[in-house]
Amino acid sequence: MDDFSSLLAGFQVALSWHNVGFMAIGVVLGIIVGVLPGLGGPNGVAILLPLTFGMDPTSAIILLSSIYWGALFGGAITSILFNIPGEAWSVATTFDGYPMAVQGRAAEALTAAFTASFIGALSGVVLITFVAPLVASFALRFGPAEFFAVFLLTFCSFVGMGRDNRSKIIASLCIGFLLAAVGLDSISGDLRMTFGSAELMRGFDFLIVVIGLFGVGEILLTVEEGLVFKGKHARIDLKVVLKTWAGLPRYWLTLVRSAVVGMWLGVTPGGAIAASFMGYGLAKRFSRKPASFGKGNIEGVLAPETAAHAAGTSALLPMLSLGIPGSATAAVLLGGLLVWGLQPGPMLFVEQKEFVWGLIASMYLGNLAGLIIVLATVPLFAAVMRIPFSFVAPVILIVCAIGAYTISNSIFDIWLMLVFGVIGYVFKKLDYPLAPLVLALVLGDRAEDAFRQALLGSGGSLGVFWANGLVTTLVVLALLLLLWGPLGDALAALRGRRGSEAEDETKPVGVIE
Amino acid sequence: MSVPSETEPTSRGISRRLVEIVTALSLIGLAAIVLYDSHGRGAGWDGGPQNGFFPARVGWIFLAASLFILWQASRREDGVFVTYVQLGQVARVLGPLVLFVALIAPLGIYVASAIFIVAFMAVVNTSRWWSIALTAVLVPIICFWVFELQFRVPLPKGPLEAALGY
Repeated sequence: MDDFSSLLAGFQVALSWHNVGFMAIGVVLGIIVGVLPGLGGPNGVAILLPLTFGMDPTSAIILLSSIYWGALFGGAITSILFNIPGEAWSVATTFDGYPMAVQGRAAEALTAAFTASFIGALSGVVLITFVAPLVASFALRFGPAEFFAVFLLTFCSFVGMGRDNRSKIIASLCIGFLLAAVGLDSISGDLRMTFGSAELMRGFDFLIVVIGLFGVGEILLTVEEGLVFKGKHARIDLKVVLKTWAGLPRYWLTLVRSAVVGMWLGVTPGGAIAASFMGYGLAKRFSRKPASFGKGNIEGVLAPETAAHAAGTSALLPMLSLGIPGSATAAVLLGGLLVWGLQPGPMLFVEQKEFVWGLIASMYLGNLAGLIIVLATVPLFAAVMRIPFSFVAPVILIVCAIGAYTISNSIFDIWLMLVFGVIGYVFKKLDYPLAPLVLALVLGDRAEDAFRQALLGSGGSLGVFWANGLVTTLVVLALLLLLWGPLGDALAALRGRRGSEAEDETKPVGVIE
Repeated sequence: MSVPSETEPTSRGISRRLVEIVTALSLIGLAAIVLYDSHGRGAGWDGGPQNGFFPARVGWIFLAASLFILWQASRREDGVFVTYVQLGQVARVLGPLVLFVALIAPLGIYVASAIFIVAFMAVVNTSRWWSIALTAVLVPIICFWVFELQFRVPLPKGPLEAALGY
């Protein structure tokens, strides 16, 4: 049990005083980020990332990943008390969470949501603990062709499994790739697509794009609907917590099912959003009284929360072991690793043992800390939502601007952020998915390098992508995933003969509009 | 997003189909620029893939996807992209925001923030003047304390900070 002792050593790293402190700060910041409209996981992490450049990488990633956990928890608070999903993955939680709050069972719903989140996250971390090292050691054998095939698999599964219009997913991915290509080409050293502009030589930093798309864009979207929030009150006392916990074992099957769905969708980058809807759908389908869903059934809170958090956590597995993030926030964290000079991927497990296991240990502790903090502080964060938006919005925008500036001390970047804010607003309204764009932007250069190196090795023959069993399997899987959706649509269209309406059915069920 | 009947004056707005088509056309334009640039620098094989090789291939896929989006957009049922009332709300945030970013270079981020807060709160709702003034003074000072003094991150500063010796 080599890994087990590494994990214990990791706990020692994570349990040092200042790391526990960072964990608590991160969780609290994360909950605020999750509760406030206009700030989300990816955006919150992106703004704080520049401030951690000077920190020890282990402490920095503990701080940033704790923000991620906090944001996952925080989304549930607004969904249940205000019927406003703070994050897209908590949309499904509103279906039954808000009715429960209306019936005066807000505390029960919140306890159930937080506990389900914790169980989901925990199953994700256990998966990472046991599977990530195996994947990493397996991936040590990968050459450029295999890596490109894994990238291909990632992007294809986005297209095939996504809930949005497929051509828009593809367009989003392409925009990400092309933005990544702007600037200095790392292999030839030439400038690309700068059109003589000195500002574009540095290329587009993904953090600017994230802050613009997710931060500014989200604020613009929020103000559209007016600036007042009306919510239910909640105070959680220990009695309700214990009572709710005592009732949970009855729903073990729902929890297990959702956790498995979440882990699966988290590792394949379908993401937490799809997982939460799928978890909800499955719980409803297998329930003995499906009619009670949507009217305040506690299972309707447990299922999507477990699945969303299992997915959100598992999204870090491919990020750590392969260097391929499964979600937008994981992509931002990956960008952070690169900034700190750590190369994510299989070698990380060999060269930076202490860092990896410190991070994994902090995942256990961070989620536990998150559960305790969030249960204790719900009234506080519900109060955050009562601060007038005319105060919150300018502060968030100022923080976004500061975040954008600090990345490379350039005022041009603040303008870029503004432009991407408007783009984000339009794209959100037109159902262009943003996560694929960010992912392609972060991975673009590395996918391109892998592609070019693979072709260099083979002298330009595409045959290198089915040269051996491993790479062939990956490519075939990728193509299967890519065609999965269209084939399913075609079959459904043949069976149902619903004709031209079919393409509009792929709209997301209810991402914040 | 609700799509109420067209007769109500509050629900009229910009056509969604129009925005879809304009967006698709801009994407097609973007794809054309990419292809022009990549093929201009060489997207072929010259002892190895040239530096336009990968972007050009992505560009072609992008062009195809954008054309398909355009075709879909022209066929979809029309709806409201954003009502004029909503657009007004967005403009009331975007206006001060553009002003803020424009002022950062000449005045520094702290003074610009103060002006931004005043402009935003005055435009958006009817807060009392003293709460606006208090916010406009306190938020930049807190930011200064956090970023300049605690994290030692230099942010853009203007004449006021220079006069104060920073």
